[in-house]
Formats: sequence, C-alpha cells, structure tokens
Amino acid sequence: MATIHLEQVGHSYGSAVYALEKTDILFEDGKTYALLGPSGCGKTTMLNVISGLLYPSDGRVIVGGKDVTRMPTAKRNIAQVFQFPVIYQSKTVYENLAFPLRCRGWDKARIAPRVAEIAELLGLTARLGQSARRLTADEKQLVSLGRGLVRNDVSALLMDEPLTVIDPHMKFDLRRRIKQASDKTRHTVVYVTHDQNEAMTFADEVLVMSAGRVVQRGTPQQLFESPCNRYVGNFIGSPGMNFLSVERDGDRLLWQGFPVFSDERVGRLAPGAELMVGIRPEHVAFAKDGVTGIPAVVQGVQHHGNVDVIDAVIGSERLKVKARSSLAVRDGPLRIVLPVERTRLYVDGTLLF
Amino acid sequence: MSLVLNSVSLSRGGEIHLDDVSLRFDRGGLTTVLGRTLSGKTTLLRAIAGLQETDRGTLTRDGEPFGTLPAWKRDVAMVYQQFINYPHLSVFENVAFPLRKRKVAESEVGHRVRSVLDVVGLAAFGERKPSQLSGGQQQRVALARALVRKAGVLLLDEPLVNLDYKLREQLREEFRGLLASQADATVIYNTTEPAEAMMLGDRLVVMHEGRVLQAGVPTAVFDRPASALVARIVTDPPMTIVAGTLDGGRVLFEGGLALDAPGLLAAMPPGRYRFGIRANEIEPVDGGGIAGRVTFGEVSGSETFLHVETMLGEAVVQLEGVHRVEPGRQIGLSFAPERLFVFAAQGEGALLHAPGHGEG
Ligand SMILES: Nc1ncnc2c1ncn2[C@@H]1O[C@H](COP(=O)(O)OP(=O)(O)OP(=O)(O)O)[C@@H](O)[C@H]1O
Ligand SMILES: [Mg+2]
Repeated sequence: MATIHLEQVGHSYGSAVYALEKTDILFEDGKTYALLGPSGCGKTTMLNVISGLLYPSDGRVIVGGKDVTRMPTAKRNIAQVFQFPVIYQSKTVYENLAFPLRCRGWDKARIAPRVAEIAELLGLTARLGQSARRLTADEKQLVSLGRGLVRNDVSALLMDEPLTVIDPHMKFDLRRRIKQASDKTRHTVVYVTHDQNEAMTFADEVLVMSAGRVVQRGTPQQLFESPCNRYVGNFIGSPGMNFLSVERDGDRLLWQGFPVFSDERVGRLAPGAELMVGIRPEHVAFAKDGVTGIPAVVQGVQHHGNVDVIDAVIGSERLKVKARSSLAVRDGPLRIVLPVERTRLYVDGTLLF
Repeated sequence: MSLVLNSVSLSRGGEIHLDDVSLRFDRGGLTTVLGRTLSGKTTLLRAIAGLQETDRGTLTRDGEPFGTLPAWKRDVAMVYQQFINYPHLSVFENVAFPLRKRKVAESEVGHRVRSVLDVVGLAAFGERKPSQLSGGQQQRVALARALVRKAGVLLLDEPLVNLDYKLREQLREEFRGLLASQADATVIYNTTEPAEAMMLGDRLVVMHEGRVLQAGVPTAVFDRPASALVARIVTDPPMTIVAGTLDGGRVLFEGGLALDAPGLLAAMPPGRYRFGIRANEIEPVDGGGIAGRVTFGEVSGSETFLHVETMLGEAVVQLEGVHRVEPGRQIGLSFAPERLFVFAAQGEGALLHAPGHGEG
C-alpha cells in the first residue's frame, strides 16, 4: 500500500483541449477515494494515468515515493477492476481468485486461507469449486473484484465503474459487500463512478470532477454541507441545494426583503458582486408560532414516502423544502425559517462561508 | 371508460407469473405498479399489450373484450427499461417510425413528431443520431416514440432504472408534464422504487409473486399498508419488523426488550403480534436506548441509512443529511411506541393498527 501523488499532472489526447487539466493531487495511503462526475469529465483518464495504461502529457506520477510516470502497468504493482468482468472462464472460482497470488509466487499453504477469506467477504464461498463460466453476470463481477482484493501487497486498487453491468436491483447488495471488503483490506482505493450515492457511500473522500478539473474535494459530509459552488450543490443531495438571490443591506443579507443573514464579513464584500445564499431543502425549517419567519405559499407537495418535498413560492422565487411526511403539509400559506448555521453564502458563484 | 382485468392468471413452465389478478385502470390517470424484481410487473404489462397470452381470466376495455385482440389491434404503446432506439435513424425518424408504419399522411407526421419532440425537450435534436445524445435524452426519444402514437394505453416498464441518479431525479420531476399531452390515455408505470411510485401515481398497485397485494391512493397505501409484507415493499429503506407479544400495558419484543404500550395498543387483545417501525421514526440517542452495532452505512440522496444489529434483529435507521458512521460503531436507538404499526403474527401479517398523522 502506498501514497499516490500526481505532481502537476495533465493529459491531452493530442488536441489542444486537456481531457485532464494540470493539477496536483495526493491520494493518502489506505484511504478510499471516489472520482465522481458526469460522462466525459476525465475520470477514466485520471485513473489510467495512475495505473499506467496512459502516460500523461504533463507532470509526474509518484507511487510510494517512486517516480513511475513512464513505468508500464505490469511493473506498478496495482490491482484493477473494470466495468466488465475479467476472469478465466475455464477455471474454477477458486483458481481465479488464487491466480494473482500464484503469479506472485505465494506458496499453497498461504494461498488457501487468503482465498477463503476473500471468498467469505464477497459471499462466494459456496461457489469456490464451480467453473467461472457457469456464474451469473453479477457473480462474475464479484470474482473480478475478488481478484482485485486478494493481494494484500498491492500499492493501490483501482476500480472503474465496477457496478455498471450489474442489474440495478442487485446493486445495493454488491455495494455493501464491496464496501465491507475494502474496509477490511484497507487498500488505497481509487473508485470511478458517476453515481453520487455510490461515491458518497464508499469513499472517505470524494473528488467531484467537471470538464477535466477537480471542482471540489472533501468528505461526503463536507460536500453535502458546504458545496463550493452551484454545480456541486446541485449534483450532491436530492433534491439539490436551493440557491437564492440576495441583496446586501449593510451587514445584512435580504432575500425578497426579508433578512436571512447578518455577518460583519458581508459588510466588507466588494460592491457589485453577485450574491446568493444556499440552503438545502432538508434544512429549511417552519416557524412554529405562525408569526415569525418568512411568509411562503405552498404550491405543491410530492409524497416520497417517509418525506414530502414541498414546492414553496416566496415573492418571485421558488424554494424546495423537505419535511417529514408525518407533518402532513398541505397547499396554502406557511412561514419558513432559514437556520443561519445551515445557510451558506456564495459570492459570484463561489462559496465564501 | 377503463381497462379492466378480471381474475387473470398466467404461468409458464410451472412458474406462476400472474396469480388471479383483478385490476381496474381508469382513463386519464397514472397508475404506478410497485414490486420487487420478478413480482409480475413486466408480465402484467406484456399481457395487456398482447405480447403474452393469459391462461385464465378476461381483459376488457370500456366493456368490450380486449384480451382476444391481436397485439397490433390493441392501441397500446410501451416503453422499456432498456431504451431501444434505431441507431441508424435520426431522432426525428426514430419518433416518426410508428406513424410511418401506420401510413399516417406525411404532413401530419411532421406536425406530430415536432410537437412531441417539443414536449420532451428535444426540439433542437431532431437531426442527430441517438448515439450523439446523453442517456437521458435517449430515453426521452424512446418515450417520444411511444407518445407520438397517442395510443389509448401507455405502458412504461421501469423507464428510468438505467439512468444516472441525477437524471432520474430530473426526469421523474418532468414526467407528469411529459404525460400532460396524453390526458385521455390510461397510463401504467412499473417501478421498484417506492419514492417514484409514491410521487408519480394517482393510484398505486403493490405486487408480489404475481399477486396484487393492495391497490389504492399512494398515501393511503403508505399510511395503512394492508400487511407487513406491503409495508416492507412500500417503504425505503424497509420498515423494521419485529415479533413480540402484547400483554396488558406492555409490548414484549422477541429478543427481550419491553416497552410501555401507548393507549391504543394497550387496548388491543393480548397475544402474539408483529410490530413495525419506519426508519425515520428510529433515532440514535446519546447513552442508553436499545444497544446496537452498525454493520453498514449507506448514503441515499440527502439521507444516510444505517443498518444496525440490535437485540431486536436488524434495524434500519434513517438519518437526515450525510454522515459518516464506521461499521462496528456501537450506538443506542430509540423510538416512540406511538409510532408502531401492529400486524398479525400469522401469514403475511394483516394490518391491525397504524399510527395516525401528527401522533407521537
Ligand atoms: N483515446 C482517446 N482519444 C481522444 N480523446 C479521448 C480518448 N479517451 C477519452 N477522450 C476524451 O477525453 C475526455 C475525458 O474522457 P474520460 O474517458 O476520461 O471521461 P470519463 O469521465 O471517464 O467519462 P465516462 O463516465 O463516460 O466514462 C472526453 O472528452 C473524451 O472524449
Ligand atoms: Mg470512464
């Protein structure tokens, strides 16, 4: 296991546009990272630079203190899991899992308990004697994953959308098994996905990417609570964060004429900047007394089960509010409160505090 | 004016896919069918579309026999979970395809295709090939091809399941608007996701192993699930259900926990029951509570679901917001007994008591 350092790494596939813009990124030893973003944002490019499937056009790749920028994949001591299962159809599940260890010259006595351990983690114990050809698509991908996890001497485990081929209804179960397996093995893991739930469930840290750049990097909780811009605020969470245009009045911020924020830092802002506050639908509260708070009109309630998503209109703006369904909110007037500790300020689209 | 299934059954190779299904779908309404995989949802749609023959029972439409008509005479359009488009045809031609097949006049084809492309937000993409579109746009092309026919019955089989999370959220929101152009159609929408079924349906049908377990207004089904089985299917994350006994003023759960029963429960006859509590009604407490050990934490949208091993068995707890809780962490849990559902101990566990709104 090792630290991975991308030093001023950037990559262009020949054209003037960089698929991955020059950047400095450190992946710490033993942590799980997710690269999250829409199709074409450069996730696979970054992963392939780490694995050596791609030599970057700029910068250096340092793994465990060693410069591996121009070293072929086979020499990097890295395990990989791809979208589609990579297994030997003619071999048994046991032989498939044992193969990476045999290649490393492990002796039989050590291989058997390690294979048994990984099979147990992934729920494959009953399948060990079976030919891989007879497995379901999901089981084949699990075996692929087991081959990635089985060696405990790799520098890193890299996974590129390993759940794509899995039946959506099986994903929960597989997610749980992968998470438990990778928590146990404590590899340095870099996991590529475009599914926010997958990224937020797996990773110690998530790198949100857009158009070749890492837009924000942080723990799932940080991304949820303090998204650095509207893109992240909208992408993370469901529904996304509300962004409300506000006006400055001395140290105060007014939304539709109602004060929502007061801080001396507001008074020091340069004039002319575009000001917005961000608040998550689940953080909007209701004024209990029916007198204080901001008057709003509920224009629709979507029942999601345990929660309701409420469309509220205040002056010329709309706001989404999430509330427990047991509150049974109905269409009509209501007073809302934006708790200050949950409200974020964005200046020209970027988080200030 | 409606589509009625009366005691419809269908089995293949000894397996029962539809088991005595009786349902009524009204014109102009959207019915969501909720069930796990292999619950019979797809078979139900295929039987209505005439793609699969039924063994028993009748289908009628506005009182006229319908089940005996060949598929092409049924006036039914269907959208599948794997969005299927013709890769060599432009978006416009993909949508025009069913009209051309029916020899609709050219002037009308152009008009109808353009108006449907406008509805699904693809007016500017008519000349592109499907491969030049994002996944969500491709699914909208497939939907547009079903909408353009203005069929009397529109069937949608998990149309969003293969899309990215954010796209699903967006299309779900747009769906009712997309269907506004089909105000006269009978629309049936299959899904495995409770939230989707709840928010889209005027009516909700819950299926399991080929049977209809319950049908009704979504909020009514959610608030008063007919059985413990329905309660599990319509709740995400699933309701925690524990066996126990009611004895005068006490609830004694299997595993040893005892609680004072609130008024309504205390009045029920003593005996064995199953008790259910929803994930958002269970709260972690600092010190005390029911001792538990976290086995898995999962982020879902803006919520965190904790799977916790307790003396009551596995409990699922829903936390608002995104939190990191390490597996193995010991936590205490608590819930208000007023929020318990009570189900019969036998069979599927018929509902005997449901907590009301605003209680507890
Ligand atoms: N071999 C290649 N030659 C030229 N351009 C490429 C090549 N591979 C990728 N690109 C381009 O580089 C950019 C980043 O691609 P990359 O595969 O890293 O995206 P991604 O985030 O992994 O997307 P996806 O979620 O679709 O897999 C895209 O614009 C893509 O078209
Ligand atoms: Mg990729």
